Amino acid sequence: MANTIQTHMKNNTLPLVHFFLAFIMLLIGGTLGLLQGLNRGGVFELPASFNYYEVLTLHGILLILAFTTLFTNGYLYAAIRHTLGELSKTVKILAWSSLASFLIGSLLVVWMVLAGEATVMYTFYPPMQASPWFYIGLVFVVLCIWLAGLGVFISAFQWKRRNKGQHLPILAFFAVGIYTLVIFGSLGVTVEVLMLIPWAFGWTETINVMLSRTLFWSFGHTLVNVWYLVAISVWYTILPKIIGGRIFSDTLARLVVILIVILNVPGGFHHQIVDPAFSEGLKFMHVFMSLSIAFPSLMTAFAMFAVLERTGRKRGGRGLLGWLWVLPWGDVRFLTIMIAMISFIIGGAGGIAQTNNQLNQVVHNSLWVVGHFHITVGVTVVMTFFGLVYWLIPHLSGRVMTPFIHHLGMFQTATWTVGMALMALSMHAVGLFGAPRRTSYTTYGDSATALGWEPYLSFLATGGTLLFFGVILIVYIVFHLMFFAPKGDTPFMDSRVEDNAHPTPKWTENWGLWVIVAILIISMGYVVPLVDLIENAPPGSPPHRTW
Amino acid sequence: MKMHRFEEIWLIFGVAVLVISMAITGYQAFAQGMAPPSHKETIDPAQVENTAPFDNPGVYQTGENEYEVVMTLQAFSFEPSEITVPKGAEVTFIMTSKDVIHGVNAPHTNLNTMVVPGQVQRITQTFHDSDEFLLICNEYCGTGHQTMSATITVEE
Ligand SMILES: [Cu+2]
Repeated sequence: MANTIQTHMKNNTLPLVHFFLAFIMLLIGGTLGLLQGLNRGGVFELPASFNYYEVLTLHGILLILAFTTLFTNGYLYAAIRHTLGELSKTVKILAWSSLASFLIGSLLVVWMVLAGEATVMYTFYPPMQASPWFYIGLVFVVLCIWLAGLGVFISAFQWKRRNKGQHLPILAFFAVGIYTLVIFGSLGVTVEVLMLIPWAFGWTETINVMLSRTLFWSFGHTLVNVWYLVAISVWYTILPKIIGGRIFSDTLARLVVILIVILNVPGGFHHQIVDPAFSEGLKFMHVFMSLSIAFPSLMTAFAMFAVLERTGRKRGGRGLLGWLWVLPWGDVRFLTIMIAMISFIIGGAGGIAQTNNQLNQVVHNSLWVVGHFHITVGVTVVMTFFGLVYWLIPHLSGRVMTPFIHHLGMFQTATWTVGMALMALSMHAVGLFGAPRRTSYTTYGDSATALGWEPYLSFLATGGTLLFFGVILIVYIVFHLMFFAPKGDTPFMDSRVEDNAHPTPKWTENWGLWVIVAILIISMGYVVPLVDLIENAPPGSPPHRTW
Repeated sequence: MKMHRFEEIWLIFGVAVLVISMAITGYQAFAQGMAPPSHKETIDPAQVENTAPFDNPGVYQTGENEYEVVMTLQAFSFEPSEITVPKGAEVTFIMTSKDVIHGVNAPHTNLNTMVVPGQVQRITQTFHDSDEFLLICNEYCGTGHQTMSATITVEE
């Protein structure tokens, strides 16, 4: 038996190493989050060696960049190995180089932040100028994603060659869509960083601030939708199996992937609704382009309810809502994903609201946005990730989950849900009253307005404390399932399509076409503003260091 | 692609919500003049102090019940930092940054916009209540960011 474990661990080293590192990042990033929440709630003052803005920069980088990237790569490589077969040698080399590139990049980035050479926040807006090594670190992080994507594309291509005329398995189809989107999304920020590096070394004197900012946001929001696409790949392909059902419609799932990939990149512009340098007409067009992303989400909502209802009725649920109660609410693998999906209804509605001009102007740069972000990413995406842990990690390590870990998992889910609800809801509320984001504790000289925020901020700190316990629990669960749980076989939980499903049409496989459509849509959103920002640029900005 | 009947209804409903929300946004922006601040005027960010009107920041009356606030932003202050305007006046803020990107927000109002070096930003707000409003920077601009604030006093 000891040998089987060793073989399992050896065969699955690649995803296991990714998950191991991901949860270390979550532990450190979560601890920094606790410090921040307590400081912001006015509970305690950070020691002088801990600059609030350094802590915030690291919290963001470790959680939204490192944790999500490592988890996604680990999950998707486990998924393509399961659905497409053993990875070829080339693909393995690409995957390991991707991880190496990530480690080099994040080491540079974290080192520069800790050294106080890059207290520029994860948006690193110029003309605030970090050390050039910070930007070089970012290049390696982007390279990591490209290498991982290349590996997945090659795997898919090799599979198609071996299985002529067949559709790529749905989970692999998601993987191809996810990396296509992330590569499109990262093009803008790559160009930006390549302009920042010579400027940070002092080879060029000035920088075009609005151009950099716009290129950044073509990436910024796409990244969020990349995580979202990763999360819904779980909802479409894994959730049905967990509740004992089948995939509702293979075609619908593929269409949703395609739509998300082609519509997404210009969506980031809604972060610039109150910026100067763009015309009102252009901003209006971009509100429309941002809202169009809601369309595939609406289709997803339908598909999810369809799966839940069909399965619930199969399990004996009767009447209008009877199917809901017979779902396996006591199964942590289901409960986590269900809470993730419910939170997306709230997060999605908030997103649609704040994309519009008027509400955006009310909540722009306020804590509302942070609340929205924690609902969508912190619950919808991260809770989906947590839901995978209970079977994917034992599957990879050749072990089984014990009832104790299952109970602990239910408790973790409750802690996380209550913590996020407290924190995100108070952030939404206090954001409406104008409390700014990315600002350390202040009462602005005891102004009445700022003092009115205090009760909400203490709720925020309470939620943050609960979340910290949630982090400790999930990290314990992951390491237990990885190294200490009893030996055994845990199957990979991917679902089959309904028996009477319509055959999937051929056009879904036409990635060449989707790439062209995506380029056209990105051009529609960005050619005019980018040309305008370059042609009508003011004299560039010299560097500033304000920390 | 074959679709479920209920799915068609749901998608038509969803798209209708999006289209209606766009129609309302468009009507507000172009018919009611409630578009977001979108000024397209550039300035040399290193020469703000020598460029009119920013060589002379302050509050100016420009018409009956109309005021202009010419304002520069720099880490970590607004200039001017104490603004007084009469109740009900239409106040246009004309702003630029001398260094990095800042954000300007007066909580409890719709005054919320980005101020970017190299760009001049304009935003108009009417203050209907006599009160003291806080004006804060809401975009991280350096380690003193949390101290960056000003006050707007609206007098009877
Ligand atoms: Cu500022």
